[in-house]
Amino acid sequence: MKEESVALDMNTDFISAAPEPDPEMEIRSDCIIRYRPRTSGGLDIGLESRVMVMYGQSIHQLAEQTLTELGIAHASLHIEDYGALPFVVQARIEAAVKMAHPELEAVSLPELKDQTRQGSRRDRFRRSRLYIPGTMPKFMLNAGIHQPDAIILDLEDSVAPPEKLSARFIVRNALRTLDFFDAEPMVRINQGDLGLEDLEAVVPQPVHLVLIPKAETADQIRTVDAKIAEICKSCGREEPVFLMPILESTQGIVDAPAIARASGNNVALAIGLEDYTADLGVQRTAEGQESIFARSMVVNAARSAGLQATGTVFSDVDDMEGLRSTAMEAKSLGFDGMGAIHPRQIRVIHKAFAPTEDEIEMAKEIVLAFDEAQAKGLGVVSLGTKMIDPPVVKRAQRIVDLAVAGGSLEKDWKHLE
Amino acid sequence: MKLVENTAGRPVPTEVNGTEQTPFQGVGEYRPTGNKAAPPVRTCTDYPPGGDKRVRSLKEALQKAGLRDGMTISSHHHFRDGDLLMVQVFEAAAELGVKNLRWFPSASFPCHEPIIKHLESGLITWIEGSLNGPLGEYASSGKMNGTAVLRSHGGRWQAVQDGEVHIDIAVIAAPTADSFGNATGDRGPSACGLLGFGLVDSLYADKSIVVTDNLVPFPCLPWQIMGQNIDYVVEVDRIGNPEEIVSGTTELTRSPDRQYIAELTAEFVRAAGILRDGFSFQAGAGGTSLAFAIYLKEMMKEAGIKARFIRGGSTKYLVEMLEENLTDFILDGQTFDLEGVRSMRENPRHIDTSPFTSYNWHGKGNFASMVDVVVLGATEVDVDFNANVVTHSDGILLHGIGGWQNCLFSKCTILPIPSFRDRIPIIVDRVTTLCGPGELIDVIVTERGITINPLRKDLIKATKDSGLPIRPITEIKAEVEELCGGPPAKPEFTDQVIGIVKWVDGTVLDSVFKVKGTNDA
Repeated sequence: MKEESVALDMNTDFISAAPEPDPEMEIRSDCIIRYRPRTSGGLDIGLESRVMVMYGQSIHQLAEQTLTELGIAHASLHIEDYGALPFVVQARIEAAVKMAHPELEAVSLPELKDQTRQGSRRDRFRRSRLYIPGTMPKFMLNAGIHQPDAIILDLEDSVAPPEKLSARFIVRNALRTLDFFDAEPMVRINQGDLGLEDLEAVVPQPVHLVLIPKAETADQIRTVDAKIAEICKSCGREEPVFLMPILESTQGIVDAPAIARASGNNVALAIGLEDYTADLGVQRTAEGQESIFARSMVVNAARSAGLQATGTVFSDVDDMEGLRSTAMEAKSLGFDGMGAIHPRQIRVIHKAFAPTEDEIEMAKEIVLAFDEAQAKGLGVVSLGTKMIDPPVVKRAQRIVDLAVAGGSLEKDWKHLE
Repeated sequence: MKLVENTAGRPVPTEVNGTEQTPFQGVGEYRPTGNKAAPPVRTCTDYPPGGDKRVRSLKEALQKAGLRDGMTISSHHHFRDGDLLMVQVFEAAAELGVKNLRWFPSASFPCHEPIIKHLESGLITWIEGSLNGPLGEYASSGKMNGTAVLRSHGGRWQAVQDGEVHIDIAVIAAPTADSFGNATGDRGPSACGLLGFGLVDSLYADKSIVVTDNLVPFPCLPWQIMGQNIDYVVEVDRIGNPEEIVSGTTELTRSPDRQYIAELTAEFVRAAGILRDGFSFQAGAGGTSLAFAIYLKEMMKEAGIKARFIRGGSTKYLVEMLEENLTDFILDGQTFDLEGVRSMRENPRHIDTSPFTSYNWHGKGNFASMVDVVVLGATEVDVDFNANVVTHSDGILLHGIGGWQNCLFSKCTILPIPSFRDRIPIIVDRVTTLCGPGELIDVIVTERGITINPLRKDLIKATKDSGLPIRPITEIKAEVEELCGGPPAKPEFTDQVIGIVKWVDGTVLDSVFKVKGTNDA
């Protein structure tokens, strides 16, 4: 950190990295940082904290360590803490510092926790994906407990422009720190160049999948994919970063087949209907007639490219019946899952996307027939007089797996038969 | 102040506010003998034969009751934060120029903040009763002259019967009363449901004053407080602020984490075999407890199970269960919302209870120990299942005990609590203040798993194959500490005891020490 650049900021007010003020909502598990560079006098760190007795000293130490890692030797820093976890304090300090010194390259990373290092699979279930705003750490801490198939730490629509930098660091640090249990950690990056910058922060972390908003062309996907490949190369990441383009414009819908095939890392296509209906120039209705083409297009484009298709979110968190029927309809169109904006929607979604009893019974028979053929060393699977093709077996196995995941079938059902 | 270590390993004083104290001896070990305290003998001819015991003002009532220096004035807390009476009572006492009073409320609330000035002036020397809000902070900072004595609802009854606390004058706020002193809480502009916490006061005080803002002609029916125990009746403009007495509606928790905890708790109850026809449960008015009751209700409907009784506080959710015939009775100790009050007035399947029926160490049995399962809160628990409800991990005294200690005697005590609040882990190595001995706490349900007290081998066995996330307490503790950035540092205490926590039998379970750095008097 050069002294000159610090001097430039000498007369400015404190730079703040703070959660957006919302009079309706109490600030919890977060903090407000005020940072002012100076040219001498060392580090002056002030702290007010709701957890002063229990963690005051450790917050102080963490602040000092963070500033040091960022190469800041002289500064005035004030922390107004509402029980923020260390990774949040660290992220908000880094954001405040970098708002004052945009050219700063140093980073301050929390320790990479063991539980974050689990791999993913292309074809894992993605029935529900829970969106969490990137600036709302309080919703991240226990998100995995509600057992969504995926958790999306969002940097895009749910984050106001002044908060973009804080969100990026909070999300990056959360990926390194939090246990999301069996949920697949995903990040929705911003559109355009901002999104490519987001990648720098998140790709070296244990993120499994990146959602690309407002996907309209195959080139867009290739740009993101190339950027990811470049980052992976420099950080030594070997595991793939899967991609889920979100189609939310008429252009994206008509180009869906090309977008689906744009990258080998694509695992699913998602549809976003708010923007799409606006683009189409129609009102979004509960019945959804206006989007029937778009939804079918997405499903067909995805399927034909060997990808999953996943639906939009249902925004009324109190209307469980509406959610259920929306999810059932999505399933009937061929979608594999949908978005969630509140943990309480997860179970309803999983139930809706679970196979029916008849589907399960048929799938079980096929799987058992396949097992029997394998045991007998037969190349052909048959059920009664009917021959069963390999894709049918595969589909049956997936239905059985879904039924087990949804709790409607015992894990060791074969032994119980 | 001389401190000794009690059997729970906690340092406790042997004398508090001039009264000798018995250190805690273990759960169920302390069995005092002798006779109970009794009120003075009365002669009916000393009272107006026409039954009209009205006097013109609070001041006159206090005067007639013989208020003088050093006396104890008691009150109940059925108005919770909506009490407008006690501030008026101490204003009247101040006008009479007395000092060194002891206030013996069943609990105090933030609405009593104006009383701090009487503590400072010397009108009141100390408060014996649950301290919520500003009075708790005041006592925590060591400013109160006497030492705070924290008791459970049952412990308050026991202390009066033991003669440990002698009530000189009881002031009983009554939403509806007649001029003879019969009083009820279930109707009137300040309706609060029950008056059970004021019952012991009416029975044992030297003088009892009923104060009402809704006087009805004799007889006031029902009479939760009997006029035969009342000396004077005072009519005032307003005794309570209805919005703060009972909430219009009690709110379910909207936190998905807490909903999940509530659901896990209900699932545990089912898996443990507690949920069966004719069972009983108690759940309070906290958002998580209410959500627990709702999950339980769905399970009961699904399985065709009906409870014999539910111990309230009544809320609209429990009232719904009563009206949908999912329980035969609600046993009310207090009432939390307007629906609860309405139902209590209209439905004879509500049964009035009091600390005497449910919680009293000197009773010939208690309803609380007959309940199959109770869910309660806590500010902290430790790896030995001990729990704290009065202080937080920063050592500041903030809450009263209420009926919490007494309810621990149910057949299965479950604490559904989040594993951390803000950044503060709830499971610690040793609770800051011991309020409930671990041997009485059976299950702790957090969003990160359920932990069963190793003493409850029956529950462990019953739920072994339930598929529920049952984990050792130390494992959950370690996981949360990892998340929160290490175990929380402990507050530093001075050696000044600012309060004691009584056990239900009147012995001293723990001391609350003054935190270093808090304001000195």
